[in-house]
Amino acid sequence: MSQTQAHHHAPPKGFLRTHVFSLDHKVIGKQYLDLALVAVCTGMVLSWLMRLHLAWPETPIPGLEKLSPNGAAGGVITPEYYLSLMTMHGTIMVFFVLTTAPFAGFGNYFLPIQVGAEDMAFPRINMTSFWVTLVAFLVLVAAFFVGDGPPLSGWTAYAPLSAVGKDAGPGQGVGQTLWAVSITLFCVAQLLGALNFITTTLDLRTKGMSLARMPYSTWAWFITSVIGLIAFAVLMPACILLILDRVAGTSFFIPAGLVISDRLQPHAGGSPLLWQHLFWFFGHPEVYIAILPGFGIISHILPVFARKPLLGPRVMIACLVAIAFLSYTVWGHHMFLSGMNPFSATLFSVPTLVITIPATIVTLLWIGTIYGAKLRFTTPALFCLGFVSVFVSGGISGFFLAQPSIDTYLHGTYFVVGHFHFVMGVAAMFGIFAATYFWAPKMFGRMMSETLGKWHFWLTFIGVYCVFMPMHYLGLAGNVRRYSAFTDDYLKPMIPLHRFITIAALFTGAAQLIFLFNLIRSRFRGPKAPDNPWEATSLEWSTTSPPPFDNFGGRPPIVERGPNEYGGARGADYLMQAAAAAPASAR
Amino acid sequence: MGKLFAVVVAIIALVSAALFASHIWWLPVDISAHGHAIDRQLSETMVTSGALFVLSQLALAVFAWRYGDRRDGRQVKTFPGGATPMVVFATVLVGAEVLALTFVGSKVWAGIYQTAPDPNSLQIDVQAEQFAFYFRYPGADRTFGAVHPERIDEASGNFFGLDPANDSTARDDIVVPSLAIPVNRPILLTLRAKDVNHAFYVPELRIQQDFVPGLVIPLHFTATQTGKHEIVCTQLCGLGHYNMRAYVEVMSQEQFDQWLKERAAEQ
Amino acid sequence: MWIAIAAISMTFAALTSAMVVRGSAAPDWRHFRLPPILYFNTVVLLASSAVLEAGRRRIAAHLVRATLGLGLLFVAGQVVAWRQLAAQGLFLATSASSAFFYVLTALHGLHVLGGLGGLGYVLRRLGRLAGPAPVTALGAATLYWHFMDGLWLYLLALLALRV
Repeated sequence: MSQTQAHHHAPPKGFLRTHVFSLDHKVIGKQYLDLALVAVCTGMVLSWLMRLHLAWPETPIPGLEKLSPNGAAGGVITPEYYLSLMTMHGTIMVFFVLTTAPFAGFGNYFLPIQVGAEDMAFPRINMTSFWVTLVAFLVLVAAFFVGDGPPLSGWTAYAPLSAVGKDAGPGQGVGQTLWAVSITLFCVAQLLGALNFITTTLDLRTKGMSLARMPYSTWAWFITSVIGLIAFAVLMPACILLILDRVAGTSFFIPAGLVISDRLQPHAGGSPLLWQHLFWFFGHPEVYIAILPGFGIISHILPVFARKPLLGPRVMIACLVAIAFLSYTVWGHHMFLSGMNPFSATLFSVPTLVITIPATIVTLLWIGTIYGAKLRFTTPALFCLGFVSVFVSGGISGFFLAQPSIDTYLHGTYFVVGHFHFVMGVAAMFGIFAATYFWAPKMFGRMMSETLGKWHFWLTFIGVYCVFMPMHYLGLAGNVRRYSAFTDDYLKPMIPLHRFITIAALFTGAAQLIFLFNLIRSRFRGPKAPDNPWEATSLEWSTTSPPPFDNFGGRPPIVERGPNEYGGARGADYLMQAAAAAPASAR
Repeated sequence: MGKLFAVVVAIIALVSAALFASHIWWLPVDISAHGHAIDRQLSETMVTSGALFVLSQLALAVFAWRYGDRRDGRQVKTFPGGATPMVVFATVLVGAEVLALTFVGSKVWAGIYQTAPDPNSLQIDVQAEQFAFYFRYPGADRTFGAVHPERIDEASGNFFGLDPANDSTARDDIVVPSLAIPVNRPILLTLRAKDVNHAFYVPELRIQQDFVPGLVIPLHFTATQTGKHEIVCTQLCGLGHYNMRAYVEVMSQEQFDQWLKERAAEQ
Repeated sequence: MWIAIAAISMTFAALTSAMVVRGSAAPDWRHFRLPPILYFNTVVLLASSAVLEAGRRRIAAHLVRATLGLGLLFVAGQVVAWRQLAAQGLFLATSASSAFFYVLTALHGLHVLGGLGGLGYVLRRLGRLAGPAPVTALGAATLYWHFMDGLWLYLLALLALRV
């Protein structure tokens, strides 16, 4: 693509151009992070409501009736409103938190700086990408306020439930259409974003920044954008077809002869499995879109606090590439019991199990990096170690679900819920927390409180294990997921464990208020951050905190070495990637 | 801080593993002919991946305990052999595990889902709808009547859309809201969905399968113990999803014949 | 630009596979004759591509303007094709084959309109700025336009073979 230089002119003037419709990748990155913060708070409140309802289905929740007179008359959540909460929780978390924060947010802010560029390749497309994402979020949230309620077909929106419209019950009217429109817009935004990330990485690297010298976080964002480019390009047309089925009377996903609400549906010939294939062809890579930036962030941060190079840098990159490639060959493991050809279950099971090999290598490289280190237990370091722990916990339960024979029993149970929350929810969140504590000094020029940060870590770390590990036990006992109440005879004995999970979830959620308080307070009141508080090597630490408008004050850095120079290999504790351009404050 | 982290991680790993091993929450009793293979596969996976889980958490704990920054001026050390042992360990050990699981697991899977049903199976037609299951036995002529979706009528109890007036094979079909099967006899279910996706899940039978609108999906198994269990829906189907269930009663062949005769008389 | 092309190709590849899957097991797949005006539109689009290529080599604004005109003519021609189909009673929801026809042509048409917008932007910059930047932009826009051309030929073949 054409070489596009962003800032041949002075920074823009006026509040609107500087802070709202900014072309600056740093402002856009912060806008993404703020959006993700709003989204994660929304998503977490939804999960609290769900957990409360599961533990005490009859107990009214104060104030809820005001928010949703239909969904929670008298404060008691109806079954359909429970499913709506679940659908919105999943959609908001997967799309607007786990994709926007680690990838679009931190990637936007730090990818150009880490490769020594002044901005993204296409600042205007970058700005468009954020605003389209914001519109997508608003459209989704609007579904809460439409007449027949928010959608309830889950974040996977399986057709025909999601495709036949109002007849399928509450939430299947305008709400479901808004859902599909929102996801279509989101896909467009992410495609534009991925375009920018890839071009910037390939074309705008500063002098001396060879691909091999790029920090691991940059590598991970780059690989993630390649995954996203393919994945979102498939989900987008799938959503368009879904919208057409809903509003234009087509039959892409709706077969003939359906009788819903006593009405024979006027559709013919569509294939519900087609939606599942298209969705999961996107959906499984999406898991890696959420977690690969976390891999990169941990690989980037861990050496800083271990004070030694990452073990096997080349192997790490090779593993990330292998995971990205394999992520496109495994989507069928979500569909073992979907009625597709049973033989293909075996075919999909093999790459699913094989993908554990690079994932195991990556984990061992992190653990091996800690061996012989001089660990500094700062808050970001703790979150890195916690990431490794929860990723192991979540990854290992994948062994069970990857095997069709065991999936026969565990599919559709809480075992799956525990598995994916650990591996793509909690692990990715730990990556986001590590990144926030690590980069907040650079982004806001102020340090976050270490004391509050450590409290936040310990409560969260213990909390998530209390919430998600018991879900595996529930799953083994056959506890079905996506139930708004447990009225079956064999499920009733599980309710006490559900209550324990709910209490743990409320405590863990409350612990996040510490983070929120710390983040907001330090943004305005924290002690001033030096340029390189953690004694790290990559380019973002060679510039001021926060960086100037063009990132390096008109002097593009010249890169002399890779990001992995820690531990006195050449007589110094660490060597900056661009030593010559380093400001005086590098001690 | 490193020691605290080590202790917390070790406690979490050991307590989690102990609770798995305690079987406080575990699979219900298995009443199917194929279930023991699934259970054995699950237990083997539990042992191997459980060991991997505990070992890697403990390695993390030990290293965090041992290698805190004590500012003693010591040099950092590289892991002996660098990244190579990691790659070899993961590829060989996990690779072997993967091979073994795939080899054994695919045989188990094939035994359930890829084998042809026994020709003497008792065939039962199952229809899932928002939010109930209905079961249809072919009756004395051992032939199912054809289904016509446009004839489906909840009010008159024509759940399958049969046409007994013109279709003689449909006249003796027996339609009931709960499933009864004889013990130790191969059963072949044909799953059809009236409206949206549903699923057929009986934990005790170790069997789960989606209903997909537009497809008729065969599912076969043999129950080995008598008793009454719940059939639940595990594929999100709408507001009544949590409440969608039926019962499967496994009975002796004589009891079953008697039961079927009584149901036929009621039709 | 190659990256954008890869993404767009992926989108249409997904739709193609959806079409194949959907068509393989469908009793409602109604075959119909493509409106002949599509072949005329094809010629217009190919011509526009040739004109734009000449315009890129000579950096000639009037040729870019001609391409804009031909592009608009193509889109208008596509709309005429839709109206002809509708006159035959083939609407979006009539059958799966007509649904795919409308979806594919509409999505392609939107991408062509996007390309027209890009060309308009390049024209404005050609008029205002000197130096290499607008020329590179013209190069990128031309590449995209050729891609739209190739994509249309592929879609036409796909539609001619399958509907």
